[in-house]
Amino acid sequence: MATTSIYGENPYHEDVLTHTISVLVDNEPGVLARVIGLFSGRGYNIESLTVAETRHKQGLSRITIVTSGTAMIIEQIKAQLGRLVPVHSVSDLTLDGPSVERELALVKVDGVGEKRVEALRIADIFRARPVDATTESFVFEIVGNTEKLDAFIELMKPLGLVDLSRTGVVAIARGPESMEGQD
Amino acid sequence: MANVEMNGSAIVIKALHDQGVDVVFGYPGGAVLPIYDEIFKQNKLRHILVRQEGGAVHAAEGYARSTGKVGCVLVTSGPGATNAVTGLLDAMLDSIPLVCLCGQVPTHLIGNDAFQEADTTGITRPCTKHNYLVKDIKDLARIMHEAFYVAQSGRPGPVVIDLPKDILMGMGDYTPPTKVKHKSYNPRVKGDISDIKDAVKLLAKAKKPIIYAGGGVVNSGPGAAQLLKQFTQLTGFPITLTLMGLGAYPASDSQYLGMLGMHGTYEANMTMHDCDVMLCIGARFDDRITGRLDAFSPNSKKIHVDIDPSSINKSVRVDVAVVGDVGHVLEDMIKVWRASQAKVDQKALKQWWKKIEDWRAKDCLAYQNDTKVIKPQLAIQRLYELTKHRKDVYITTEVGQHQMWAAQYFQFEKPNHWMTSGGLGTMGYGLPAAMGVQVAHPDALVIDIAGEASILMNIQELSTIMQYGLPVKVFILNNQYMGMVRQWQELLHGSRYSESHMQALPDFVKLAESFGAVGLRATKPEELDDVITKMLETENSVICEIAVAQEENCFPMIPSGAAHNEMIFGADVDTENAVSEDGMVLV
Repeated sequence: MATTSIYGENPYHEDVLTHTISVLVDNEPGVLARVIGLFSGRGYNIESLTVAETRHKQGLSRITIVTSGTAMIIEQIKAQLGRLVPVHSVSDLTLDGPSVERELALVKVDGVGEKRVEALRIADIFRARPVDATTESFVFEIVGNTEKLDAFIELMKPLGLVDLSRTGVVAIARGPESMEGQD
Repeated sequence: MANVEMNGSAIVIKALHDQGVDVVFGYPGGAVLPIYDEIFKQNKLRHILVRQEGGAVHAAEGYARSTGKVGCVLVTSGPGATNAVTGLLDAMLDSIPLVCLCGQVPTHLIGNDAFQEADTTGITRPCTKHNYLVKDIKDLARIMHEAFYVAQSGRPGPVVIDLPKDILMGMGDYTPPTKVKHKSYNPRVKGDISDIKDAVKLLAKAKKPIIYAGGGVVNSGPGAAQLLKQFTQLTGFPITLTLMGLGAYPASDSQYLGMLGMHGTYEANMTMHDCDVMLCIGARFDDRITGRLDAFSPNSKKIHVDIDPSSINKSVRVDVAVVGDVGHVLEDMIKVWRASQAKVDQKALKQWWKKIEDWRAKDCLAYQNDTKVIKPQLAIQRLYELTKHRKDVYITTEVGQHQMWAAQYFQFEKPNHWMTSGGLGTMGYGLPAAMGVQVAHPDALVIDIAGEASILMNIQELSTIMQYGLPVKVFILNNQYMGMVRQWQELLHGSRYSESHMQALPDFVKLAESFGAVGLRATKPEELDDVITKMLETENSVICEIAVAQEENCFPMIPSGAAHNEMIFGADVDTENAVSEDGMVLV
């Protein structure tokens, strides 16, 4: 039946971009549900999301969201986040200048003999640290950007990767400016 | 001043007093009994007892829209709160400031599937501008004041406060509103002056301009409507209004082109389509307005003034965006226009007006009259003619064909006199909304223009209307169909009228009488004026049933999937092919 519509077909054909957005919110009950509900309700993507309190005294939390969409959608996401009542500020780390992004993963590798030695050797190259060991397993802690973690995990697969936990991306703008303002 | 300790319910009532609330629409239940007890002990705050919580929210919406104040609702936990949800979303989409107080089970029972428990904050999160669950009585007074601030600041909207019963019965301190300042929410009201200058520059160079204004002008207050009029007359530009904006500019003025959009006038839509500069003020490029997006006003530069940054570039990309309150921005715009001594190309503007007059000459709202049956358009026209000399006439509507006919044929000169469910399209809105308007304006003429299907959705509120002696008039256009559904079935689904015929309708005259109201009926064109006059002369509430042509369609119309310059008209409709295959999936 129908292929085009006044809603469906977006007249602006554009590339899908990945952006990292940092949101400073009041650490009040339901604030995370509000942010997540906004994304699901309006059909936006969440590729990764991290949240933790960053200023206890002021009761502020920082949410880092990696999302994707056309430039128009990204603009909408920021505007929609900005109008949530408990949101103090929204900053687009991809757009607003250079930033540092990091992720942490705990990688459990199960194996004996040569595979075990190889896992340890690769971990060394990636500067992953063993944080738990048994005679037939390791848990490595690795920190870096998403690509580095992906590469490490890919290499661990044939060497006996059995379990994986990732934090998702945290990010911060380079330079002296703060999005949290003076306090 | 030292804080005074009192119980939670007393804090709630004191906060309502201090916020200037004089009326609350509500329905009691177990979880809110402590608040009702406090209401009993005082006289300042009037409580209107509705017959279903949904009615309370719509009534508060009517109250808010006709006064510009925050509407206040009080419902109990569980079903009380869930019944309120539709009205909350309605207020959300139409940007109506409300504070809805919901009872909740005691904090220790939350999450326990207790009797009449609902996750109210969870359910209402996407239907409100903000919501609160009060878990500590220390926060109660602050949250009460914050809720009123949030509801009416920036783009207005509904705010829910969920009040567990133990909080209402506990003891705590009251904090007056002057001591409460919101931590994070501080919407911008003044527009950026350089953006405003860019806008004025663009407007001054326009050869084929249009001003397209919406509900934001009404929300900004009567001053904004005055400024809109001033700016429009200063520039000499044509102006059109959205459904939500009707009344923001006087309909009798020659620069006014009528409503735009799906059932807007030919001249308004053609002017939108062919313009070279569009000034959108307090409107949001809704899909009922734009029609097919890729064909929407394809050759224009667009300026968008809106208080909500998320409205900018949401569906239509604009060239100049001014974020700010419409009233403030218009004031600055007029200043900049005058200071820059902007001169419009008068010759081009004259030519533009000539073209517009040609479109106007098509007389798109003309319809075929009939000597035997009452045409619905005629009913609205007569209602308007017989009431226009009155000072204060408030119109509410339900949703459907009658709503569009009311928007097309009733003329509004002032803002805040037209209350309709625009964004959500909630059938059953009009009667409770009219009730709320009448509570706010006891001496005014308040008419709910309704359809026979919509009115049955909240007919129970007639009982409330009788209880408080509210002289609300209900003007039902009865075509025995869910008219708009039937129209779409005719245009899109080969006239297969699936479940849209209204069978077993009540006798509306007897229905009115059973509630203690007056029932009137007109079935022939010659009876129409007499019945309307009688309705207006009756002091009591009236249900006035007008039997209208059954299969009349609402035209002109931009069919689904079409552009502004592809309107269809009453006279020349080929109902077989009116809507393209592609348009069928749309609503």
